Amino acid sequence: MNSRQLIAIAKRAGFWALIGVLMVYAIFPFYYAVITSLKPASQLFRVDYWLNSVDFSNYERVLTQGSFLQAIGNSVLVAVCVVFIALLLGLTAAYALGRVRFRGRNSVLLIVLGVSMFPQVAVLAGLFEVVRVLNIYNSPWALVLSYTIFTLPFTVWVLTTFMRQLPMELEEAAIMDGATPWVTITRVFMPLMWPAMATTGLLAFIAAWNEFLFALTFTLTDSQRTVPVAIALISGGSPHELPWGTIMAASVVVTVPLVVLVMIFQRRIVSGLTAGAVKG
Amino acid sequence: MASVTLNKINKVFGSTHIINDVDLIIGDGEFVVFVGPSGCGKSTLLRLIAGLESITDGDLKIDDDVVNELPPRERGVGMVFQSYALYPHMSVYENMAFGLKLAKTDKQTVHERVMATARILQLEELLERKPKALSGGQRQRVAMGRAMAREPRILLFDEPLSNLDASLRVQMRNEIARLHDRLGSTMIYVTHDQVEAMTLADKIVVLKGGHIEQVGSPQTLYQQPATKFVAGFIGSPTMNFMPAELEDNPAEGCRVRAKGIGALNLPQDASAQRTNAQLTLGVRPEHLRLAPAEGDNAFEVVNVEYLGNEVYVYLEPMEGRTLLIHRSEAPCQWQVGQRAALIADLACVHLFDGNDHSLAVRKTSAAA
Ligand SMILES: Nc1ncnc2c1ncn2[C@@H]1O[C@H](COP(=O)(O)OP(=O)(O)O)[C@@H](O)[C@H]1O
Ligand SMILES: [Mg+2]
Repeated sequence: MNSRQLIAIAKRAGFWALIGVLMVYAIFPFYYAVITSLKPASQLFRVDYWLNSVDFSNYERVLTQGSFLQAIGNSVLVAVCVVFIALLLGLTAAYALGRVRFRGRNSVLLIVLGVSMFPQVAVLAGLFEVVRVLNIYNSPWALVLSYTIFTLPFTVWVLTTFMRQLPMELEEAAIMDGATPWVTITRVFMPLMWPAMATTGLLAFIAAWNEFLFALTFTLTDSQRTVPVAIALISGGSPHELPWGTIMAASVVVTVPLVVLVMIFQRRIVSGLTAGAVKG
Repeated sequence: MASVTLNKINKVFGSTHIINDVDLIIGDGEFVVFVGPSGCGKSTLLRLIAGLESITDGDLKIDDDVVNELPPRERGVGMVFQSYALYPHMSVYENMAFGLKLAKTDKQTVHERVMATARILQLEELLERKPKALSGGQRQRVAMGRAMAREPRILLFDEPLSNLDASLRVQMRNEIARLHDRLGSTMIYVTHDQVEAMTLADKIVVLKGGHIEQVGSPQTLYQQPATKFVAGFIGSPTMNFMPAELEDNPAEGCRVRAKGIGALNLPQDASAQRTNAQLTLGVRPEHLRLAPAEGDNAFEVVNVEYLGNEVYVYLEPMEGRTLLIHRSEAPCQWQVGQRAALIADLACVHLFDGNDHSLAVRKTSAAA
């Protein structure tokens, strides 16, 4: 075996070792959550990295709580509304910013991006006033409103960039066919923008699903809460006990849908991107 | 079917004047070709007619109606784009049906029209395919089908063949010509290729820098170019130009002297020119003959190109620019390095004044 082969083997080994480290780094916390959720409460503080027995009592406790199911319902409602509104407004804004020539177009785009740079806390007080005036405090609509504000800049930015890449002649062909801007957007551009819409929609969904600060601030009662707050507020039998097993089970329950969503759309995103790369 | 009238049409983009006072009448059923070098405003003029650009000044009429303010769909025009711009996510059928559906045509009629168009363009087998599964020539036909399906009064083409390879281009050119005969609709066609213009057009519009240089039939443009620009643009290989000086009294006859050729008595009317005016002589390669050199009126053969059916001989005056001769019938006895005298067919020689305008042939003594 000569030295060149040795180096090649070492490189391969290093490569896989690096991948292994990354995998552990990325997956271990989630893995540990799953393990913990499947342990009975009595074994909680024994540190094990393998599961000896499977115990679903934590899941049972979570899923029989009416308020937790209600929270999941609220989260789904909020996230779906946010995605829908963000994509609708994002697409129409992208058409205006990407396709219609008007004075100050680029400044608008920069302002849109600038808005997204404020930390959440900075706008919390102002947003609270808005929520109060609109009389949507302690309702999911307060969250839909605030999440949309934070999701839109990114959505608009990505969709605008994508729309600018679509050939001008395509839109002109639609105009010659008698299409109004709305018809052009929905029947010509939208089918071609699937990859971008899947990506931005998914990110908006995840952001809305996991958001904590606004959810905590704008809702008051159990029936209006979303999942992250509901999980945080899960309490044990006594004030001194944190029911980790239940919390982990709840976390797994709400994370699995996200993982599934990503898996489904990841295919779409990849296939859509490669299909769009070849001129058709 | 419709006529189109352009009346002092102007287009300004920002501060640049792209189209300058264009007047043009396009007759019902005519095939008109806009031709000119890249950037001369051909596409812009076509897009003004389509309604994709707004007219800065002037009137655009289709039949008897001023349509300046009408959106494209109400003008009754269809357009074929250079990149085809087919909807990638729709099948061939859907591409052609899209405009009809948007016009709220009933289903039965949509189907009939699409099928009829597909039959004309031989697309029947391809109706279910997506554009990416089509060859270049097929995409081109679908693009035409989409423009035709709504039965527009006027069909517009913007360099439709420029993305095809040479042999396919000749074939599609032929199909477009036959399509025009068959449909009989008014067609306006933009190209920078003078061969396409010559072969397709009833009427050619030569554009240069946003204004019309000359309008006429292919034959008129070839035989009587109004300016040096048109003379150089139409015809391949391009016309030979050389400086010439007017001799004698211009009122009596037109006698010019060109370096390397000597004195020529031309049929042109030079009465408006000064004696010794500096003119430009233009002779097409096919109107030159070569003879063995005698005296100092000689050119040197610098290159001979054999094309099978014809031969191009490139000649250079003893000092100065390159000229070119076209002769049919190989073989050719001329070889590089030989000296030859040029004999021009005087009836086919063109003469341009200092402003590059063509001098007309005298009425009385017009040469046969
Ligand atoms: N939307 C536009 N804005 C500014 N200038 C334009 C626009 N469209 C075309 N032009 C300019 O007008 C001139 C003519 O363009 P065009 O009509 O496309 O030429 P061509 O004869 O090659 O088709 C070019 O110099 C081009 O840069
Ligand atoms: Mg052009």
